[in-house]
Amino acid sequence: MIERTLGDMGKIHVQCVINGDEKEFLCEARESLLEVLREGLGFTGTKEGCNDGNCGACSVTLDGVLVDSCLVLAVEVQGREITTVEGLAIADGLHPLQQKFLEHASLQCGICTPGFLVASKALLDQNPDPTEHQVRHWLAGNLCRCTGYDKIVRAVLDAAETVRS
Amino acid sequence: MVWIPSLMQKLTGGAEQVAVTGATVRQIINELEAAYPGFRARLVNEEEDRLRPDVAVAVDGEISNEGMRRKVGESSEVNFLPAMSGG
Amino acid sequence: MLSSHGEIRSFGDEKYKVVGTRPIRHDGTDKVTGRAVYGGDTRLPGMLYGQVLRSPHAHARIRSIDSSKAEALDGVKSVVTAADLPPTASDEMVDLGEGPARVKFMRDNILATDKVLYRGHAVAGVAATSPHIADEALSLIEVDYEVLPPVVTVLEAMKEGAPLIHEDLTTMELGEDTDKNSNIASHMQHTLGDVEQAMAGAHLTAEFEVHTSSVHQGYIEPQNATAFWNQDGMLTIWTSTQGAFTAQRQLGAILGVPVARIKVVPQEIGGGFGGKIPVYLEPVASLLSRQTGHPVKLIMSRADVFEATGPTPGSYIRVTMGVDSSGKLVAAEAYIAFEAGGYPGSPVFAAAMCVFACYDIPNCLVDFYDVVVNKPRSFAYRAPGSTHVAFAVEKVMDELAAKLGVDALELRIQNAATEGMRRSDGIVYPRIGCKECLEVARDHDHFKTPLEGPNRGRGVAVGYWFNIGFKSSVTASVNNDGSVNLVEGSTDIGGTRTSIAMQFAETLGLAAEDINPSVGDTSAIGYTDVTGGSRVTYATGWAAYEAAQDVKAQMLKRVAMVWEVEDDEVEFDDGVFRHKTDASKSLNFKELAAKLDDTGGPVVGNGSVDPAAGVGGSFCVNIVDLEVDPETGKVDILRFTAIQDAGKAIHPSYVEGQMQGGSVQGIGWGLNEEYFFTDEGRMANSSFLDYRIPTTLDLPMIDTVIVEVPNPGHPFGVRGVGEASIAPPPAAIACAIKNAVGAQLCVLPMRPDRILAALDEAGDRVSVAAG
Repeated sequence: MIERTLGDMGKIHVQCVINGDEKEFLCEARESLLEVLREGLGFTGTKEGCNDGNCGACSVTLDGVLVDSCLVLAVEVQGREITTVEGLAIADGLHPLQQKFLEHASLQCGICTPGFLVASKALLDQNPDPTEHQVRHWLAGNLCRCTGYDKIVRAVLDAAETVRS
Repeated sequence: MVWIPSLMQKLTGGAEQVAVTGATVRQIINELEAAYPGFRARLVNEEEDRLRPDVAVAVDGEISNEGMRRKVGESSEVNFLPAMSGG
Repeated sequence: MLSSHGEIRSFGDEKYKVVGTRPIRHDGTDKVTGRAVYGGDTRLPGMLYGQVLRSPHAHARIRSIDSSKAEALDGVKSVVTAADLPPTASDEMVDLGEGPARVKFMRDNILATDKVLYRGHAVAGVAATSPHIADEALSLIEVDYEVLPPVVTVLEAMKEGAPLIHEDLTTMELGEDTDKNSNIASHMQHTLGDVEQAMAGAHLTAEFEVHTSSVHQGYIEPQNATAFWNQDGMLTIWTSTQGAFTAQRQLGAILGVPVARIKVVPQEIGGGFGGKIPVYLEPVASLLSRQTGHPVKLIMSRADVFEATGPTPGSYIRVTMGVDSSGKLVAAEAYIAFEAGGYPGSPVFAAAMCVFACYDIPNCLVDFYDVVVNKPRSFAYRAPGSTHVAFAVEKVMDELAAKLGVDALELRIQNAATEGMRRSDGIVYPRIGCKECLEVARDHDHFKTPLEGPNRGRGVAVGYWFNIGFKSSVTASVNNDGSVNLVEGSTDIGGTRTSIAMQFAETLGLAAEDINPSVGDTSAIGYTDVTGGSRVTYATGWAAYEAAQDVKAQMLKRVAMVWEVEDDEVEFDDGVFRHKTDASKSLNFKELAAKLDDTGGPVVGNGSVDPAAGVGGSFCVNIVDLEVDPETGKVDILRFTAIQDAGKAIHPSYVEGQMQGGSVQGIGWGLNEEYFFTDEGRMANSSFLDYRIPTTLDLPMIDTVIVEVPNPGHPFGVRGVGEASIAPPPAAIACAIKNAVGAQLCVLPMRPDRILAALDEAGDRVSVAAG
């Protein structure tokens, strides 16, 4: 049990694991996980699109569960494990999802891409052989305004095949 | 040959096309002004000596980005039209 | 299923090595790993956070602003209002790069002076040590408003006796001031031939009247700006913008500062679609930085994005068209009125250029009106104005086809615009691909496959965007390993670093991977206009071609020096420098690059263009199959094909991406996107929950056919492809709904309730027993 202490100016001390590394930070009770990741810890790969849980650009996993980090308070991650887009690539290269997003030209402006990648990985972790409809259903919480989703859906299906083999 | 915008045809007595000679758009405008006083003021920002911002000129069907300096051939066709603004 | 390569139908015969291939984009890895730095990711030492106070009213006079309580809050460093902007001459104009704008209106849109003209209109800015403190400070600023009656729709605003939004605004008619006080900022007209006589003599006519709602560009990244006004007077801005140079010019005009004192550093940009051409936060961040001596970052909330940044206008449009007995269009008339928002300058001018652009019609009359209303200042949104007018015109085309008893696509092919045709605005077409796109549609498997099942229908429509040329610059530095660093001035919203680099590589016989493209800030590259108007791959690509020609000319001199021969004895062919007569002498680009150090040092090539002629417009045809649920009015898109003329697709995957993205924005516009306003003129749906853009689950795959009718005005035949694809979808959907269930939809979006009402009207509604 990690003791929580009030830091300077009433801030709260939080310890967690981000992308496999232990991290600790001070935050205010009102700060979201998204704010702390981006402004406090410099994980700016996680994007802010709406700050009210409707666009999915800030998707991360919390103990393996897909969440919008704008809807999670930073203090809630005490003792928990977070994976952001920065944690997807493996030592010897890109994750198959990242590679397939590049090959299929699944991004244009790229602002939604981190969220789509994190969400897609969460899907493949629990269902490595999704149908097109299952991909579309799972990703309906992630908005993209550039691509019309066609090339994103194809990349996820293609990456699933790579992950399975 | 100059196509007169419909909203300026009052000035030309209703004429839709007017034959004017000139080597540049500037000369064309000056010729039109001589024939139809008031024409120049509708098209030109005198202070900056350039076309008004809400006016574009097309020579031989292509919009010019050289404004009044645009060269005009003997058989050229000149169109004045409302410029795209604020988009 | 897995291949994402769509079909290409080429009408050109040029052969290329790099152009037309699908390399992985140069900035791709940074964008899939989260390393790419977007505007909102900017972090500087000592940075403060800002927030903007916005008007809760759609129309009000500001009596006073008292910020003393906010300034006293711990952590608040500065509060600014319009009083901190320089005073403005009322007629001062500035060119934004896509047209001129009045400085007074630009400044008032940044921070309101005497009046607020829409809910969300910025009134004051705050800088504090955290965004939360800045947020708290906003609630402590006291603004005394005299609330005025709002007017939010175009027809209401045009009425005699409507509340005047600008008391001194008078209607202009092409340079003539009518001296009539009105919300109508301008009335313009295009005429061609004699429409009255031709319409009277027509065998058949059809008329259609439409209303469309304001819709938003809907980019996922909110507007953001970070400013640092250094003590030496130099202002640096980090922002997500469609044009660093046009932002610099706007800032110069708004702040009254010479552009030499302003550097704009374009960060990666998370979508724009026209909405990130104007500056909003940049001047406020600048003022706050000047007052505090610290960098200040501002990011809009999603509600601010909806309520304060440029939607594309709502509109009222009436179109009448007539044909002779053979089906040839003989006359067309349009009345187009656009909501400019709080300040004049809607894209109605563009709508008027596009309205009859797809058809050869000898007699046309287009009357068009730019009208101010109490909504955010409207701005461009992908093919601005073209989607509105396509909705009206294409419905008329379907009506004419029905009355004539001919196929609606065949009627379009019969009347398609072709080279040499004069448009209603006076422009004469060069080689275009309208007819080719329509014919490819007719021959497409989708069109030939029968659609079966109840409540299902197919619609076809065509749309147009004229594209723009404008100014672009590229600089190329040859490295001694034969790679090239390419700096270009166009901010990259959709993979254009790569489409530009590919044109450079093609010209010099290099591979796309040999080029390291980057986007320069305003101090690092020559002036370049906005990423807009479908111009980047066309114009900046052309600048890259010119830079490559410059490099080639310099390299030819070097190879002559290496071989100790005269300049005119050498040539460059297919990536290799050769001696014209001595076949033993040849060097490829890389070999020669290794010798630059000994032959005079670096080779740096430049290219700058400002193409006015040869821009070449692009046409897009849709085939859409859909099913209407007669009980709920919900529409499901079953199959969708977009067919568009790209001239020559430099990187086909990103051309397809533009077509698919534009199509889906058009589908959203057609079916469910709109601003809802309360009677008080307040937007009631300013979130992505309530302003619903299409999701993965709403859509099928979007099939594409790239049609290549080369543009004779470009070195590689390119036509810009960024915009035309948004124009036809609402029209195609409306035609399909009519064919499916007989409902005549004349208001966008075609919401379920409107479909049910139209079904009632058509008398075809399936009656459903209660319970």
